[in-house]
Amino acid sequence: MISAHLAYAYPELILAVGALALLVVGAFMPKQTGLVGWASVLVLLAAAVASATQPFGVAFSGGLISDAAATFSKVAIYVASAVAIPLGQPWFERRGVKNFEYPVLILLAALGMGMMASSGDLISLYVGVELHSLALYVMAAMHRDNAKASEAGLKYFVLGALSSGLLLYGASLIYGFAGSTLFSEIAAAAGNEANTGLLFGLVFVICGLAFKVSAAPFHMWTPDVYEGAPTPVVAFFAAAPKLAAMVLFARVLGDAFAGAAGQWQQVLVAIALISVAVGAFAGLVQKNLKRLWAYSSIANVGYALLGLASGTSDGVQAMLVFMVLYMIDVTGFFACLAALSRQGRSMETVEDMAGLIKEQPGIALAMTVFSLSALGLPPFSGFFGKVFVFKAALDAGLWGPAVIGLVGSVVAAFYYLRLIKVMWFDGSTGATDKPPFEAKAIAIVTALFAFPVVILALGWLDPLAERAAHAFGLA
Amino acid sequence: MIIGLAHYLAVAAILFTIGVFGIFVNRKNIIVILMSIELILLAVNINLVAFSAYLGNLTGQIFAMFVLTVAAAEAAVGLAILVTFFRNRGDIAVDDASMMKG
Repeated sequence: MISAHLAYAYPELILAVGALALLVVGAFMPKQTGLVGWASVLVLLAAAVASATQPFGVAFSGGLISDAAATFSKVAIYVASAVAIPLGQPWFERRGVKNFEYPVLILLAALGMGMMASSGDLISLYVGVELHSLALYVMAAMHRDNAKASEAGLKYFVLGALSSGLLLYGASLIYGFAGSTLFSEIAAAAGNEANTGLLFGLVFVICGLAFKVSAAPFHMWTPDVYEGAPTPVVAFFAAAPKLAAMVLFARVLGDAFAGAAGQWQQVLVAIALISVAVGAFAGLVQKNLKRLWAYSSIANVGYALLGLASGTSDGVQAMLVFMVLYMIDVTGFFACLAALSRQGRSMETVEDMAGLIKEQPGIALAMTVFSLSALGLPPFSGFFGKVFVFKAALDAGLWGPAVIGLVGSVVAAFYYLRLIKVMWFDGSTGATDKPPFEAKAIAIVTALFAFPVVILALGWLDPLAERAAHAFGLA
Repeated sequence: MIIGLAHYLAVAAILFTIGVFGIFVNRKNIIVILMSIELILLAVNINLVAFSAYLGNLTGQIFAMFVLTVAAAEAAVGLAILVTFFRNRGDIAVDDASMMKG
């Protein structure tokens, strides 16, 4: 009986046992950081294989759902987490922080994100969100001697805890007015029109989740945390947790409140458009590249939410494809930043990039590809993501929001193109250090994915996302 | 007067509001922010237990147990981060957390 339930939870079990075992290994052999790092990568890949092959069903009285959507997002989340380990560990070691906790924290964060992606109950939703958030707070402050990193960790913690509080208050109201924490029973209680109590709770939950995906007007932590946190940690932050939180968004809205789509649609459209506007306009005045990409990620989350706001299965499919393509972009961009330094000092401002094409042609070219892709220029991957999102929005009749989204994209083009101009045409300000192998390799591989591999990859990514989107309760 | 569900919900709503204001209005000390976060989580617990008793359904109380446990873990992580912040800056005033702006 119980073994049948456990079969649906193999990825979680592998991660939980792996994380705890490696914590013990690290505690007894603190010098073996490389061993713990590579073992963590193996654990994550094993979990990805387990989620790709796991049977579909519902386990633990509805708490854990194993379906096509869970499989799709978990494989993406685990692979993105696995990339963060070889990117981050050598970076920390070059800065004199030799610790085994980093890969273990990534494992715990991945466990939480997997739980978010397959939660079918408000309790498992909350535990998943907290498990991944607590690991991320610690990772932001991991560079302990760095004043900026500890400030980033503190800000992330305070605002993250507030968002968990909002989420939880909403969850308690939904529980009270629906009489159950199960999404399926909430859906039955909400019916085609949710009552005021449920709606009140739902708005709180949406606010809490908007914090986690850093959608405006709940974005204020993002630029500070991205600027202060260690660069490889930001590469991790900006990718997998965003996808997990977006899938959780789709779970809550699609599984628990599918019937009430008309009621939450306007809220989501508003959040999406404010995010696009804030991301586009506030990004214009940024000089620090990590801050700039924080605003870029706010805008991009806005587009993903626009897909979700269409309230259709096509919209969710567009959101999933968009988020996966964006994850690859943003990981690659921050890998470039992690690779660059000048006389041991990290290069983080736009001016630092002047003449980069002469110093580091490979990395400058990769950064150009990521910028054009985030801007949404064909034939790069970001273009396809945006096409899917806008098509879904138009099919759902959201003409106005789609037009505003396009205008935001044009405004944001300014800061991406300025970065490219500085890299290609401005005079160099001095030689850069030799980039470390692993960061450069990750940057090049992700850049090749952004173009041209994406054109082939979309052929299988899109049908998988379609199957995943049909797992939700939306029409 | 019979104390009913509405009274519990009102108390929880007031505590929740005090907690949220404690985070945003407070300009002095980060420890006060940690206390406000606890207040928010306790407001949620009152809600959950009140609904659970009202509905005659145990899920809410189980949920409250989870919230208590996670709140303890959260406070531990928060205090640890606060210690690293204090070591770097020598102070924990809210206005000190302002190296990054814009």
